[in-house]
Amino acid sequence: MGTTTTTVPSAGPFAGSRSFLFRLREGDEIARLLTFLFAASVVLITVLLVYELWQGSALPRHQFGFSFFRTSAWDPVFDQFGALPFIYGTLVTSAVALLIAVPLGIGAAIFLAELAPLRLSDTLEFFIDLLAAVPSVIYGLLGIFIVVPLMRQVIQPQLKHYLGFLPLFKGPAFGLGFLTAGVVLAIMIIPYIISVSREILLSVPRDQREAALALGATRWESTWKVVVPFARTGISGSIFLALARALGETMAVTMVIGNTPIISASLLSPGDSIASVIASQFKEATGELYTQSLIELGLVLFLLTFILNGLARIMIVVTSKRGTGMVHV
Amino acid sequence: MHASVRPAVSVNLPPSGTNAAARESEAALSMRMTISKVNFFYGSKQTLFDISMGIATNKVTALIGPSGCGKSTLLRTLNRMHETVRGARLEGEILLDGKNILGQDVTSLRRRVGMVFQRPNPFPKSIFDNVAYGPRINGSKTPIAECVEKSLRRAALWDEVKDQLHKSAYELSGGQQQRLCIARALAVDPEVLLLDEPCSALDPISTAKIEELLVQLRDLCTIVTVTHNMQQAARVSDFTAFLLIGQLIEFSPTPQLFTMPSDPRTEAYITGRFG
Repeated sequence: MGTTTTTVPSAGPFAGSRSFLFRLREGDEIARLLTFLFAASVVLITVLLVYELWQGSALPRHQFGFSFFRTSAWDPVFDQFGALPFIYGTLVTSAVALLIAVPLGIGAAIFLAELAPLRLSDTLEFFIDLLAAVPSVIYGLLGIFIVVPLMRQVIQPQLKHYLGFLPLFKGPAFGLGFLTAGVVLAIMIIPYIISVSREILLSVPRDQREAALALGATRWESTWKVVVPFARTGISGSIFLALARALGETMAVTMVIGNTPIISASLLSPGDSIASVIASQFKEATGELYTQSLIELGLVLFLLTFILNGLARIMIVVTSKRGTGMVHV
Repeated sequence: MHASVRPAVSVNLPPSGTNAAARESEAALSMRMTISKVNFFYGSKQTLFDISMGIATNKVTALIGPSGCGKSTLLRTLNRMHETVRGARLEGEILLDGKNILGQDVTSLRRRVGMVFQRPNPFPKSIFDNVAYGPRINGSKTPIAECVEKSLRRAALWDEVKDQLHKSAYELSGGQQQRLCIARALAVDPEVLLLDEPCSALDPISTAKIEELLVQLRDLCTIVTVTHNMQQAARVSDFTAFLLIGQLIEFSPTPQLFTMPSDPRTEAYITGRFG
């Protein structure tokens, strides 16, 4: 075995001529440099973004320090700025949205991937992609003209009537508020969850389904106990994509959340979110501290997204290490 | 290349190929399954033509033939796995213990007729959970752990995995994964076990182990295996059916098919002139 002399391919007789210039002429080096540049731009933009937000928020950072995260006063007249109500609003509306959208989205994806005839599935997929591409201001209008009246006149009174003993559903029903913003967000993110989850479910190998069916599993047992667990990592991916969209959604939320910096346990209460307050107040912000506080809110949103994404990745790694799921994104 | 020219008469044997010897030995055996006049279509394309044969109880029956001859299709009709494919249609009759499988509840049929696939396809779960899947969904009477051990022993895998039952099945080698899949199929005590080219993705040593296993399993259940490897069919099976473009050319006891094929097409195939 070991008697033949091995030659490293790159160290052949022409190795010398394969200089940088040669590779440049051949196009290899150009392609490498160009694609490297494109890839590097991602990091560059991220760094620039954080730098700008950091620089732009110097004043409130020095004045409030960490209490910016802890205080809930937002009073431009007395120069008091605290981020807590907005962080709260962002998290609560996103949580409500996920609570509604995840079961609906995954259920619809299972129907489309596993049960629907192929033609119906493809047709519906076309509409779902269309919904995902609708600008958020349109969803905001939908919220104002349909969801808000529906909430005020039908859903919220019913919730108060039957579940009013819970602190979640106390207080007057304005129509505008956390719950309504969450519902509108849910409508917006459902197409994402359906579209990605459907693709993931369709990519589960056929032999996994057949293995279950061959053991006497019903169609539902094979779907729920084999196909969905197999696709679990990818489905979680679709949920995090949706969460990222919900956290940063601005226009639709601004239109229906009520724009009031309140922390309330009641979902019926009006509130505000980080993205929404930046959009609605930035133009009329007077004074350096006011403007810079809004910029610092931008930094907070960036951090929040970063932390939640990090947690999501850790969760994926941990669950797939247990040997019960496979990375299939 | 220099195979002897056979007399022209045998070319005109009926395509269903039930020659006298096979019929005789079939009569002496009890038949677990009987396939009669099966025609199979994908959409408008017919892929099986008028197939009739018996599957003898506690024997190994091998289906051989070149790629695309319909041997896998025929196998998949035996537990109605063909129904998972859109546009598939079956005509004819397939009996299991004298009852037509086409009118039966498909999940209980598949519990009685298990299947092992071409590529090892364990679930992304632990070794234990893989084997336990069938007993769990079907509500086994014996304790699950007992059932898992019994099945792994039957699949000759127990000694290799008994200390790592809770490891992921994906950490096993390809051959071990395939034996795990056999154990998973055995865990529901099937009467018939179908194997669709179970060794085609495996190395020779793993293949030898599976072949040995098939011969042992014969006492436990009736086995039907599809293979493109003629030596394998010769080594493990009691009966061999040779299919060609959707037709059953010859069906005989294995020694007879490989030493004295009655159809020139069978001889051409087993001597390696095509396929």
